[in-house]
Amino acid sequence: MSSFLVGITIFIAVLTAAGLYRVAMGKTIFDRIIAATLVGTNGLILLTLIGFLFERISMFIDIAIAYALLNFVIVIALGKYFDLVQEKP
Amino acid sequence: MVVLAIVLVVGGAFFLTVSAIGLLRLPDFYARVHAVGKSETLGTILVLSGLAVYNGWELSTVKVLFIMIFVLIANPTATHAISRAALRSGLAPWTRKKRPENKDRKGTEAE
Repeated sequence: MSSFLVGITIFIAVLTAAGLYRVAMGKTIFDRIIAATLVGTNGLILLTLIGFLFERISMFIDIAIAYALLNFVIVIALGKYFDLVQEKP
Repeated sequence: MVVLAIVLVVGGAFFLTVSAIGLLRLPDFYARVHAVGKSETLGTILVLSGLAVYNGWELSTVKVLFIMIFVLIANPTATHAISRAALRSGLAPWTRKKRPENKDRKGTEAE
């Protein structure tokens, strides 16, 4: 099970790198924001998986909860901001 | 129990792969929002439920369930807010300009 978790962790890290490519090379500003949400959600899964790998899940799960809350607040704030300033894409 | 956890995690990893490929390959912002908003939520919930099944019944499992419920609420809300902001700021959905019936419709050509 442990080697399986290592493999899944590396796989999801590669998917996160794909999201980071879209953050850097996005066509519009909204593409970059939506790719940032993908990176944030994948980072949440990575934190939980790393907690299971290191057998420290009771510590890492609290970090994951705080990370999920911060990610949600950031995305809602960016959406409201670009709604108000009417950024031309 | 371990077999069920492995099946759930692999299924979630499949949906996360679909989401990442859709983010890279789909032609338009709205199509990419469609890929990220739904597949990402389902993949996250499947992976976390697999980890909860693997963990057994203790306090960390309850926290994993809290994260699942929060992602289920927050991720569609965030994608809805971003796509609404994009639509209000005038980002037009793409059309195929090569077809004759779409010649004078507003919209950007696909990349």
